[in-house]
Amino acid sequence: MINADAPTILPLKLKDISLEIGGHRLLKDISCRFEASEISIIIGPNGAGKSLLLRLCHGLLSPSAGNICWLGACGRDPADFQAMVFQRPVLLRRSVSANIDFALSLRKVPKRRRCDLIEEALRRAGLYRFAKTSARVLSFGEQQRLALARSWALRPQVLFLDEPTASIDPAATHVIEEVIMAMREQGTKIIMSTHDLGQARRLADEVLFVHRGRLIEKSNAAAFFVEPRNDLAQAFLRGELLWWQRRELTPP
Amino acid sequence: MTDFGDAFSTAFALVANLDGDLSEVVALSLKVSLSAVLIASIIGLPVGAALALYRFPGRSVLVVLVNAFMGLPPVVIGLVVYLLLSRAGPFGVFGLLFTPTAMIIAQVLLITPLIAALARQVMETLWLEYEEQFRSLGSTPLRSLGALLWDGRYSLITAVLAGFGRAIAEVGAVMIVGGNIDHVTRVMTTSIALEVSKGNLALALGLGIILVVISVLVNGLVFVLRGNQRQGVSP
Repeated sequence: MINADAPTILPLKLKDISLEIGGHRLLKDISCRFEASEISIIIGPNGAGKSLLLRLCHGLLSPSAGNICWLGACGRDPADFQAMVFQRPVLLRRSVSANIDFALSLRKVPKRRRCDLIEEALRRAGLYRFAKTSARVLSFGEQQRLALARSWALRPQVLFLDEPTASIDPAATHVIEEVIMAMREQGTKIIMSTHDLGQARRLADEVLFVHRGRLIEKSNAAAFFVEPRNDLAQAFLRGELLWWQRRELTPP
Repeated sequence: MTDFGDAFSTAFALVANLDGDLSEVVALSLKVSLSAVLIASIIGLPVGAALALYRFPGRSVLVVLVNAFMGLPPVVIGLVVYLLLSRAGPFGVFGLLFTPTAMIIAQVLLITPLIAALARQVMETLWLEYEEQFRSLGSTPLRSLGALLWDGRYSLITAVLAGFGRAIAEVGAVMIVGGNIDHVTRVMTTSIALEVSKGNLALALGLGIILVVISVLVNGLVFVLRGNQRQGVSP
């Protein structure tokens, strides 16, 4: 089933989400709402909880408290309309096209439609010439492009990306960002975490700043990059190191 | 050292003359052990994958048991199968004792835990890598199991080979349930045991050399097949 024409499952509403693992509260009282067809970028230091937040939204983790609600789902399983690209691409030990075929078959796309979808996705990611190559011999950047192409082929309504371009060279990053923008054009909601402030500037429609498990600020990208409301976010944008313990911040 | 010299010349003579008795014994050995490996793989590989994938009550007990059964003494398995298949036993009516079928049953019991335990380890590592992505894609447990077995196929060959090695080399179980009857249940290992007890050391050693060569050939064949597949691309 391909979900391009189905009514959207968005908006996504998070209410007082907390996540506790092994006695540590890793996410604290997060409430927010994700609207359709925008690129939401989650930024913040390492260990802030960006990846956990994405996994909670995607349903890979369950919150210890609070609830996550897809307001447009209307009884449908929201998982059918989502996809996720992880920081380290997870690929099957099969050919490049078989990797996409496997994902499509899991989503019950009929066999005769798969060929076209695979070809289109591979061309989009610049991997068509590798279609018959074993996915495991691709370079790291190519593997990540394949992971993204696989998500593209699924035509998700919502795509989660967890630092997809961490440790990837600029050329591959450029291709990945292009595909992300193209997916946005097609109406896919993008929710992505990144370390790369330049990338956040290039892509974001809205920015969520997460620090120490709390959602500190969520605002329009244009406004955020001019002047964040929060002092920690200001310091982060200036490139200061944010410490686990709050320290004296240099005045701007 | 004359024993070794004699052994090699005996082994060479046996092979060179295409000794009828010898080829019968070798053929039966291969038939019994390969059948046992096939059946044990059909059972053991999915069981191992399931143990890696599924979380259910009693799973850890099962894992410990399977691991422990990897090292079961063949004579004990032989004895248990003997009791089960003997005339007075629960399966006595089938009259299987002292037949090749009984030997296959014993070897299946012997190597299934080994194959399952090794498969579980391979599958667990693979599943650690795949789990999140598979859940994200909405994979059902059964689909995940199939994909894991297929993607781990090269590593699983090692588990199957370990099973074959144990089956072809063991003597205790086939001796007890097969009885080492000439032309019926005599295999390489039981022949060796018999020739040693008769004091016919050169012949025993000759048979041993042939056994080792067969083992090396089987492993070499698998290695070559596996190497070729690695270079090409599976669809």
